[in-house]
Amino acid sequence: MYKIGVVGDRDSILGFKLLGLSVFPIRKSKEAGLLINRLAKEDYAVIFVTESIAKEIGETIDRYKTVPFPAIIPIPNNQGSIGLGMQGIKDNVEKAIGVDILFGERG
Amino acid sequence: MAIMNVNPTRMELSRLKERLDVATRGHKLLKDKRDEMVRRYMELIRQNKEIRESVEDELEIALEKFLMARAVMSPEMLEEAVMFPTRQVELDISKKNIMNVHVPVIEVEQTSAEGVSPYPYSFANTSAELDVAISTFSDILPKMLELAEIEKTCQMLADEIEKTRRRVNALEYVMIPQLEETIRYITMKLDENDRASRTRLMKVKDMMEEREA
Repeated sequence: MYKIGVVGDRDSILGFKLLGLSVFPIRKSKEAGLLINRLAKEDYAVIFVTESIAKEIGETIDRYKTVPFPAIIPIPNNQGSIGLGMQGIKDNVEKAIGVDILFGERG
Repeated sequence: MAIMNVNPTRMELSRLKERLDVATRGHKLLKDKRDEMVRRYMELIRQNKEIRESVEDELEIALEKFLMARAVMSPEMLEEAVMFPTRQVELDISKKNIMNVHVPVIEVEQTSAEGVSPYPYSFANTSAELDVAISTFSDILPKMLELAEIEKTCQMLADEIEKTRRRVNALEYVMIPQLEETIRYITMKLDENDRASRTRLMKVKDMMEEREA
C-alpha cells in the first residue's frame, strides 16, 4: 500500500493531516531535499510540496521526473501560488513540442 | 555529408544496403511513434493545465479558510485537534502503458471506520472555521491526486517524446544520408574499377594481336 506525503511549512500543510495524509513540516529547504529522497525510498507514491519549498530544491525534484513513482507535485502554500506549478507545465510543453502552445494562446 | 570510412567492396556494399534498409524502416516507425505520442500528449497537457488551475484556485481558498481557523484558535488547541486523524488515505498504484511509456495510475483507497465522524476532535474546543476548512480540504483531495497522476504522465511522456524526436532526427539527418552517400561512393568506385579492368583487358588484347600479326 502506498502513502501520500505532504512537505512544506507547518502552517500551510497542517490541514492535510486530518485527511489522513502524512505531513512533514520543515523549516529549511535544505532539509527538504534529504526528506524527499528519504520519502522516495519509502512507500510514498505522491508527494505534495509547497511551491516555496519546491523552488529551492528543483534539482531533487527533477531527479524523480522520469521515474513513475513518486510523483512530486508542487502546490500553493497559504500565501497563494507563485506560479511554479504552471511554470512546470509550461516547461514541460516546451520540452516536448519545442514551442509553448498552451500559454501562448492567451497572451 | 561525409562518407563512412569503409572499403569499397561488394561485401561492404551489401552490408550497407542492409543497414540503410533497417535505418529507413526504423525511421518510419519512430516517426509514427513520435506523432502518436505528441497527439496523446496534447490531449493530456490540456487536461493537466485545466486541473492544475482549478486545484490551485480551490486550494488557495481552502488554505485561506484554514488560516482563518488558525487565527481564531490557540495553536495548542489546533495542534491537539489534528493530532489523531480518524481517516487514512492509501493509494493503490498500477502502471499503464502509453506507447511503451509506463505511466502511473493512482487509485485512492480511503480507509476509515464506518460511522466515524471525519472530525476527530470535540466541537466544544474548536472553531467552526476549522470544520469548514477540513471539509473543503477533503473535497479537493481526489482532484489533487488526479492532478498528480496526470502531471506525472505528462512529464514522462514529454521525456519520451524528446528522446524519440532526437532519434528520428539523428536517423533522418545523419544516419540515412551518410549511408546513402557511402553506398553511392562504393557503387561508383566499383564501376570505376570495372571500367579500368575492362580497358586494360582490351588494351592487352590489342597488344597480343599486334604481336601475332
